[in-house]
Amino acid sequence: MTAGSRSFSKVLIANRGEIALRILRACRELGLRTVAVYSQADAEALHVRFADQAVCIGPPPARDSYLNIPAIISAAEITGADAVHPGYGFLAENAEFAALCERCGLVFIGPSAPLMALMGDKVRAREAMVRAGVPVLPGSGVLATEDELRRAAGDIGYPLIIKACAGGGGRGMKIVRDEGALVTAWSMARTEAQAGFGNPDVYVERFISAPRHIEIQVMGDRHGQVVHLGERECSIQRRHQKLVEEAPSAVLDAAAREQLGGLAVRACTAVGYDNAGTLEFLRDESGQCYFMEMNTRLQVEHTVTELVSGVDMVQAQLAVAAGERLAWRQEQLQLRGHAIECRINAEDP
Amino acid sequence: MAALAALAGAKSITSPFVGTFYRAASPDGPPFVEVGQTVRKGQTLCIIEAMKLMNEIEAELDVKILEVLVKSGEPVEFGQALFRVEGA
Repeated sequence: MTAGSRSFSKVLIANRGEIALRILRACRELGLRTVAVYSQADAEALHVRFADQAVCIGPPPARDSYLNIPAIISAAEITGADAVHPGYGFLAENAEFAALCERCGLVFIGPSAPLMALMGDKVRAREAMVRAGVPVLPGSGVLATEDELRRAAGDIGYPLIIKACAGGGGRGMKIVRDEGALVTAWSMARTEAQAGFGNPDVYVERFISAPRHIEIQVMGDRHGQVVHLGERECSIQRRHQKLVEEAPSAVLDAAAREQLGGLAVRACTAVGYDNAGTLEFLRDESGQCYFMEMNTRLQVEHTVTELVSGVDMVQAQLAVAAGERLAWRQEQLQLRGHAIECRINAEDP
Repeated sequence: MAALAALAGAKSITSPFVGTFYRAASPDGPPFVEVGQTVRKGQTLCIIEAMKLMNEIEAELDVKILEVLVKSGEPVEFGQALFRVEGA
């Protein structure tokens, strides 16, 4: 990992909508110039109007515009942008894009590409957590054959959950309550994983019924320092999508918060994590927490943490990407008040 | 790598890429096309440089060049008009 200053003055924002505006605001507050990119469908969008410069990168479909890596890199080249913020969604967790930015001399505002690749692979991330001493749910590695599957299921017991290595958002997940349903669920999960993520690899884990879903926000710099910004409680979900994000959680007391936050910091320090990230934990009814997965990016709900911590996370992302040290030590961070964010879904009943 | 330029409304030829526009193959070379010239389908009109790759942009139809809308060496975005043309 590179240490030291890699300052930049013009940030290309490879996204649109609310998050593009959020990043624009942080750049403006730090005196950084901005380049918006947009598809032909978004020529009138706010982020195009508010940015210092804007470049049309393609036709309306996202795969030809916001996911069009050569067009985005070219837009940085022709505008003289020297950094890229991916926002969330689109290319935010694409390690190849992060690596390509660096090869093209653009500072990628996020964790380094190898870390993104490591933590984006659920099996490798889990192995890294085990090495760092972080509790994980009893589970298996990649299961390629029925024999491996049966052996792993026998060790872990029921109920268990089958998950896609490359998955997220609930896709490719199957809960299995007894042995009779095991093989069918496994082959369906593999098919879904192949269709959804282009990778059929799945693994199994113990399934916790009625868990709390608690995630810890972390921020690291390129000098080996990591802090946590407390937790977000996101147990209320629908179809594996979070509906309510709340900080602090009603079930964690100060000691439990310190313990879980400390675990997250220890895990990130062990892998050398830099920039913003979130470690998701499952908490069972006894209060035991298990690492589930890590999001190597800013999240939609980062503002909940900003409200209770007083930390501007996007500004912090920009600062650490430029090689600056974190502006605070753990003991200087205090959480005050209570913040809740709700997702509003429009559904056809 | 060759690419076909789109003919938007039979009035202008637009850029299929984000990149840098060049009228000639080298800084001192002759332009691929001049105003008033009639070009044939498949003939190179200009180059758009993107990520160090020189992409030759070809005419999709036989057309007469009425105006060159971008100076050589200037950046262009996706869909930006490069040439004003009329059918030949």
